This record gives sequence, structure tokens and C-alpha cells, in this order.
Amino acid sequence: MDREDAIKTFEPKQHNILYILHELQDKNPQHYVSKEDIEAVADYLGIPYTYVHGVATFYTMFSLTPRGRHIIRLCDSPPCHLMGSASTLEHIKAKLGIDVGQTTEDGAFTLELASCLGVCGVAPAIMINEEMFGKLTPERLDAILEERRNAI
Amino acid sequence: MNTVRSHILIGMDAGTIMAGARAVQAELVQEIRKQGLSGEVAVLETGSLGMTGMGVVLVVYPEGLYYGNVTKEDVAELVEEQLLKGRLVKRLLLTQAPKRFIIKRERTGLMKEQPRVVLRNCGLIDPESIEEYIAEGGYEAASKAITKMTPDEVIAEVKNSTLAGRGGAAFPTGMKWEFAARAPGAEKFIICNADEGEPGTFKDRLILEGDPHKLLEGMILAGYAVGATQGFIYIRGEYALSIERTEKAIADARSFGILGSNIFDKAFAFDITVMKGAGAYVCGEETALIESIEGRRGHPRNKPPYPVVAGLWGKPTVVNNVETLANIADIVKNGANWFRHYGTTKCAGTKVYTILGHVATPGLIETEMGTTLRDIIFEYGGGISGGKQFKGALVGGAAGAFLGPDMLDVQMDFVNLKEYAAALGSGAILVMNEDTSMVDMLKSVLHFFKHESCGHCVPCRLGTTQLVEIIDRVAAGNGTQNDIDQLLKTAGVMKDTSFCPLGQSLYMPISSCLKYFRDEIVGG
Repeated sequence: MDREDAIKTFEPKQHNILYILHELQDKNPQHYVSKEDIEAVADYLGIPYTYVHGVATFYTMFSLTPRGRHIIRLCDSPPCHLMGSASTLEHIKAKLGIDVGQTTEDGAFTLELASCLGVCGVAPAIMINEEMFGKLTPERLDAILEERRNAI
Repeated sequence: MNTVRSHILIGMDAGTIMAGARAVQAELVQEIRKQGLSGEVAVLETGSLGMTGMGVVLVVYPEGLYYGNVTKEDVAELVEEQLLKGRLVKRLLLTQAPKRFIIKRERTGLMKEQPRVVLRNCGLIDPESIEEYIAEGGYEAASKAITKMTPDEVIAEVKNSTLAGRGGAAFPTGMKWEFAARAPGAEKFIICNADEGEPGTFKDRLILEGDPHKLLEGMILAGYAVGATQGFIYIRGEYALSIERTEKAIADARSFGILGSNIFDKAFAFDITVMKGAGAYVCGEETALIESIEGRRGHPRNKPPYPVVAGLWGKPTVVNNVETLANIADIVKNGANWFRHYGTTKCAGTKVYTILGHVATPGLIETEMGTTLRDIIFEYGGGISGGKQFKGALVGGAAGAFLGPDMLDVQMDFVNLKEYAAALGSGAILVMNEDTSMVDMLKSVLHFFKHESCGHCVPCRLGTTQLVEIIDRVAAGNGTQNDIDQLLKTAGVMKDTSFCPLGQSLYMPISSCLKYFRDEIVGG
């Protein structure tokens, strides 16, 4: 089975837990860590379910609920805030009709907030999955979102 | 036989890749071939050329001309004009290409050079080529130390250099190494803290993306000095390119026999593993980071015992910042006296800064310790953008200090900044113009901390929530004098009683903001 194979590529040591969770989440088409994933990791590492759950909920990059194909992470740290991230956020919310933490009905987008993405030179910035976008204007945002919505 | 007469270096970091650098590079190669220049012009990748927010940036050597905001569509013209006919493409030329980009050999009258130690190879060599790093004198320090020096001599050199930690706490690096070396125990570890999460800070990312071998060499030297055989680099999960380049550098170093066993044919073994974070600001705190590597929630530990005595898996552990470790190779190679020529008498060396916000030329620079804020903003940063006036700067990210105009001429180093010294480490200089609302900025800072508080201790968990309630009220125009007093009081209690530096550090942005901009805050 896929899940077991993915887990077995790592040594059964507790310090691999973040790597395993990253791997399982990346492999999941809905970009999240499922209950079954947590059970499997707990079994493999020989630690309690609650422990793995505790680790997974501590780190913001892991989600325990299903997410859209494209995860928008909007930076709202002070440098982006200074350059207008608040209006970027409002624009995305209005355009997609979702609030922070929600997923669009067609399953295309999930909107999240992120702390500094480290590309402050082009603030305000967002990350969609692994890709960064900066110097955002309403027009540019619309173009990016349209292009993404149609991408798989 | 063709002789390469011109080199194009294209800056390849997360920022330029976002702007389409890979497509421009592919187009360049194709266009050069099309115009029959393949043997004469070489296109090479390098790390950050120092500027941010200027799209795809490349530099043409031997002229040393910088072009910015280059798109795929510009490539044909650029190749024909610049490379075939030798004419400038003025609309893309960065005439402001300021002193920050000028390394020694390209010095011109108008452009003062930067004293580059940490960033010497950044924007010059291909970060994915170990050969180029070696060609620039790389791994000479490791070779010298391992074959000719004792571990104690390496520690002595680092101690004499007076290098202080560049992560923020400014603890003397040599002393930290000595503690770990003297600590009992057969197994010891070196950890590089690359969990760069301080808002506005991305110097470590650009070091990792621009010259990863420099960090590896620093860690090998640390391992040799301390007696450790294993190193870990804990990199933020968001830094995909940093992780990729660092892992490649490690693999290359292994294949060259620079990592592994019997390094330089001596009985010294050392290896390095990359650990990928998962989004937690608090993991930048060294004991929380250690917890995270061990596979736990990133909660900070009680200190003492300090990591140098009982760190990773309870063993003696040195935790150093990326910039700190990137200084080590040059110190060992050139000696402590050479290093102390940089900076001020009380604070030696250089400092890497990121300049951002309302400045004309945001970017990455390295200057000597003791450079004034005025020089950083107005000389390197090109002044305030749009002809506006300077109002203030948030130095050091969210856990930093708001500095007003009367701090512009203070020499910035760990000693002169005194109560704000911790802000210097991150090197983030967020510049704000006259139109900026300080209440709004303080609000953004406090919201950041509320989100990032790990919830482990009561003062930080409840304190950040209370502070957000107060600042939201003040920002809405409903604040009272009592609210302002309460901000300081709550932050003061958090400073005294929080478990780790996260909760303790809020006092600095709040107190400094009130010191310089109190009237505005009180006015809502």
C-alpha cells in the first residue's frame, strides 16, 4: 500500500517524524494528514497516536483537514503588512468567496495565512503550493488565480 | 578554437526564480546559439546578486553591467545589442546598480566597495558547483585546520577573532565552542540554525542559496574544534531552494571526501544532515529547535542546562546561526587579526542586512559592524522611495526595535545599540516613510506574536492575547491612556516571566515604539 511504502522509506526513528508527515501530506491529493496517516506513523514509530497528533497540530505547515488543490498562503507579517497585504487578503477573499481557513466549493483553492515567507523585497507576497508570487496587484492576483484554477 | 569573451551571470534565488529567471536563462542560451555566439558567451548561474524587487537580474562581464527586470521577450534584443554589437540596452540597465553589488574587482569611482566576508562568493560563483567554491579558495581553511592545527588552536583562533553570534544573542562563538569541547561526553553535535523566521529577514536564505559550501565548511571546522562527528542544518520548510542546494552541496562534499570519514586523510570523521522544519517561529529558539529535531512539538526547554552541556539527545551541542558559521572559514584561513580589522574595536567583523520597505533599492548588503542606520538606508538602500520623508525603521523584525530619526546616526553594533542589541542579529531593516501609521505597524507586530506564541507558558499565551485586544482597541480609535500604560506593563511582565525569548522579546518593539512615536500611538 502507498502509505506504508512511503513511511518505510524512512528509518523508524522518532526524529524522522516531520519528514514522514511532510511526505504523507505531499502524497495526499487533498494535501492533508489524515487520521489513518497518524495511526500508521504512530504504529511505525512505536509511539502513541496522541503524540503524533500533537506534533502534527503544532506545526502550521500540516493540516488535519482536507484542502484544495492549490493552497494559498498569504504572508501577513509586518513587512508585507507595510506594503499592503491587508488589501491583498481582502481581494482574494472577495474573489474566491472564502475566508481564511476555508476551501472553495470546486476544491481548487484553500486560503491560509503564513508568517514571513522571506521574500520581503517583493512584498506583498503569497505562496501557492511551492511557488512564490510577489509585487501583487489586484490585476496580477486575478491573472494568477485564473491561471491556477484551470491548472491541475 | 573559440575563446569565451563574455560571461553572463544570472542571479538564481527564490526571488528571481519567482520572476521567471529560469525561462530567461533558457531563452538566453537559445538566443546566443541562434545568433552564433555559443562559443564566445557563457551563461552561468549564481546566487543572489544583492537586489530584490527588480525581477530577473543579470550581470554581463567583463563590463560588469547590471540589467534588471529582464523578461523572456527582452532576451533577443539584449543578445543582439549588448553581446553582438556591444551597445547598451539602456531601458533595462540598472544605473542605480549601487555599491552593494560591487565586489573588489569591479570597483569604480562612484561605487564604493562592500567589505564582503560572508557574502564574498554570493552572486559570483555557481552555488551548485563545489569546484567553483574550491577555485575561490574554498575548503582551504578546513584542510589547514584538520592537517596542521589542533582543535584547541582552532578554538583559540575563533576566540581571538571575538566573533559574536549573528543570530541575535551575540554570545561569543569561540567561548560557546570551548564550553562544548570541554563538556564531558564522547558524542557531540553541531547544529546550524537556519530556521529563519523573523519577519523581514532572509539573509540566511540568500547565504544558503548563494554559497552553501561556505556554511558546510564552517560546520566542519566547528565539528573538528568541538569533537563532534555529526552536524544538522535545520532549515525552514518554506525554503525549498535552500534545502535543495544545501542537500546537493552535502552530496558533492561527500563525493569529494570532504564529508565522511578520514577527511583530508586524517582520523577525523564528520557528516551533515538537513532537517526540514514545518512552520513554527518558536523553533528559531535553540532549545525548541533541538526538540523539533528530536521529533517533538517545538517547545523550548528549561535553561540551564545549556545545549553546550546537554543539547540534542542530551549530548553537548553547539547551536550556531548560518551567518555566524559562514564567517568561520575566513577566520581560520586568514587569522583572527585579519578578522578584527573589520568593524569597530568593541565589535569585530561585518554584518549582513536585508533592506526593505519604503526604500528605492531594497536588497541584501554586507557592511562593517558600526555602519550607521543612515548609511544603510540612504547609501545602500538608495534613500526613501517616491521622494518621501523617513519616519522610522523597524530593525530586527517583529522581535526588533522601532527606531526614530534620532537613531539614524548611531553606529550599529552589538555594543552601541545596547538595549536594542538583540535586534541587530536578524539584520532586517524595514524602512517606513512619513505616511506610515505606527499604530498599524505595532498592531501587525502584536498579531504576529499572538499567532506564533506556542502556548507552552501562561505569560506568553495570555499576554499576547491581551496585547492584541488592547492594540486593536487603540487602532480603532477607542484607546485610553490606561491602555497605553497597560501595553507596557503587560509586556514588562512577559519580559520578566515568559519561559523563552519569544514572550520576552515583545517588550522591545512595544517600548521602542512608545519611546519614539508615543504621541501618535496615544492619539490612536
